[in-house]
Amino acid sequence: MRDSESIISVRGLTCAYGRRMILRDVSFDVAPGEVFVVIGRSGCGKSTLLKHMIGLVRPAAGSIRLAGRDIVTAEGDERLRILKGIGVMYQGGALFGSMTVAQNVGLPLEEYTDLPDEAIDAVSRVKLAFVGLEDFGDVMPSDLSGGMVKRAAIARAMALDPAILFLDEPSAGLDPVTSAELDRVIRSLAETLGITFVIVSHELPSILSIADRVILLDDKAKGVVAEGDPREMHAKSTDARVRRFFDRDARVPSPGGAEGVEATL
Amino acid sequence: MRRKIERSETGALALDETGPGAVVLRLSGALDAAGVARLWTPALEAARRPDLRELRVELSGSEYVDGAGLALLVALEAAARGSGARFALAGLPERYAPLLALAEKAAPTASPGRPVRVFGVREWRKILADLRAVVAFIGECSLVVWRSLTHPRSVRWGDVLHSAVAIGVESLPILLLIGFLMGLIMSFQSVITLERFGGEIYVPNMLGLVMFREMGPLVTAILLASRSGSAFAAEIGTMRVNEELDALSTMGISPVRFLVGPRILSALAVVPIMTIIFNFASLIGGALVMLSIGFPLVTFTSRVFANVHYTELFGSLFKIIVFSLLVAGVSCLHGLRTGGGASAVGRSTTSAVVSGLVLITVADGLFAVLFYYFKI
Repeated sequence: MRDSESIISVRGLTCAYGRRMILRDVSFDVAPGEVFVVIGRSGCGKSTLLKHMIGLVRPAAGSIRLAGRDIVTAEGDERLRILKGIGVMYQGGALFGSMTVAQNVGLPLEEYTDLPDEAIDAVSRVKLAFVGLEDFGDVMPSDLSGGMVKRAAIARAMALDPAILFLDEPSAGLDPVTSAELDRVIRSLAETLGITFVIVSHELPSILSIADRVILLDDKAKGVVAEGDPREMHAKSTDARVRRFFDRDARVPSPGGAEGVEATL
Repeated sequence: MRRKIERSETGALALDETGPGAVVLRLSGALDAAGVARLWTPALEAARRPDLRELRVELSGSEYVDGAGLALLVALEAAARGSGARFALAGLPERYAPLLALAEKAAPTASPGRPVRVFGVREWRKILADLRAVVAFIGECSLVVWRSLTHPRSVRWGDVLHSAVAIGVESLPILLLIGFLMGLIMSFQSVITLERFGGEIYVPNMLGLVMFREMGPLVTAILLASRSGSAFAAEIGTMRVNEELDALSTMGISPVRFLVGPRILSALAVVPIMTIIFNFASLIGGALVMLSIGFPLVTFTSRVFANVHYTELFGSLFKIIVFSLLVAGVSCLHGLRTGGGASAVGRSTTSAVVSGLVLITVADGLFAVLFYYFKI
């Protein structure tokens, strides 16, 4: 893929916490409207990669271009422009406890748009409806269940209809029905609005049903060991590290199992 | 299937009246948050016209419709139907159908206003339940303290030591500073007043009595409430928010024994020592004033200890033991009763300090009456 076609372009990214090296010389591209999933065992640097991509942590070396702008070097207004174009859902939701769910979703709209109050409320409720929480706008986050908090956090990340959405383990801890619904919403948003998704996940059924492309990170190699269509990887890959990831997870007894998942594709 | 979708220039709106009460609303350009911000008010004004019979929304040139655009369409439909008009939508690309279906679930319905809350039976019940919880907590705390005295091996002495360092050793600098300054200021002000009657010599007597009997325990307890009480409430409150307290309970470990016990024990152990240190720091401040107006140190010390007896010392120690029990207990209680979320931690920290201060003041008043009654 050429640089000009990609919305995210990571080049030579090296991440380290102090003297501990997490990722070394990682490069990849993400195309607009693509659902791009980062997989790997826990501790392999998935969340670290995400934190660097959203500009929370500065890398030791390398560049991360989001929609043509480098978030590593951006400062001030330039950085704000990049941040307005992305939405992030954190693993724990990170909803503000002092605001209702609808106010949480409406906060970015209030800060960055000229929408009248009535419109902000309507848009927030539409966003909540996308994730199936249309009846929970007036509830405080502390009264939501864990899965609902995640869905509300996705709605908040989508508030400004960003070009890129980063989701940190969106379906972990959700029931299978809700998780499948969420997968459908993600696909639908990617296809209808052309939103690019970067998702950190290790829920195999979800990965197989939503991802256009995955990269597999490995803690020993400190980088990407496989990249491509997850369904092909799952079916054909002979790489031991890829097999270990897909087979281990696939062997978890689940209704339908791995075959069931494949059959739905 | 991937689709690259361009956002064209922001939205525009054209109104067409095709017949009496029949309005065609043509939306073009990108219907994103920026476009919708400009269109929202004029579009909804058109949809809310009282004479409206039919509203037709045409999206001829709108290739890009995001969540904000869908919210506008849903609001237009709700407004039109609300005024009894027919609503038709044309030109929305087929691929938006699933998102529009989801968005329609958020259509505004006439929501009943929040009921006005009156202070009634429910509130009284809540107060009674709170009181009950406080009494139960005091009982549990007393049991924990009693158990730790009778079964010293059940106490987590490491935690007690850790807490004692945080409460006592780390607060020494501020304690010494406030003590020294209070002694200095009180003596200085008293000297100014008393020297008109030639009574500067009585300043040490007053200082010793006031500090040992009243100010020492009071100021140390206030310091404890503001410095350590708030920390207790915040620590335990955050643990409540992170479900660590629930984890303790499910492991069968009482949070009161595990968290509150060590804190109360360490407060009981170090706060009396802190009071004595505070008193002596204030005496140093007083001594400095007396030396500066020409009295020898020996006069100062002999006059201080002419008035301060063991009864004053033990009375003040008894007072501070009660104060520290109250402050540590009420702070931990507020921590344990924290609700959900970061703001709840803030609220419980504030109420821990406020309750601590109120309890200290009330208890000090009671002690004043008791000491007077028993001629102590």
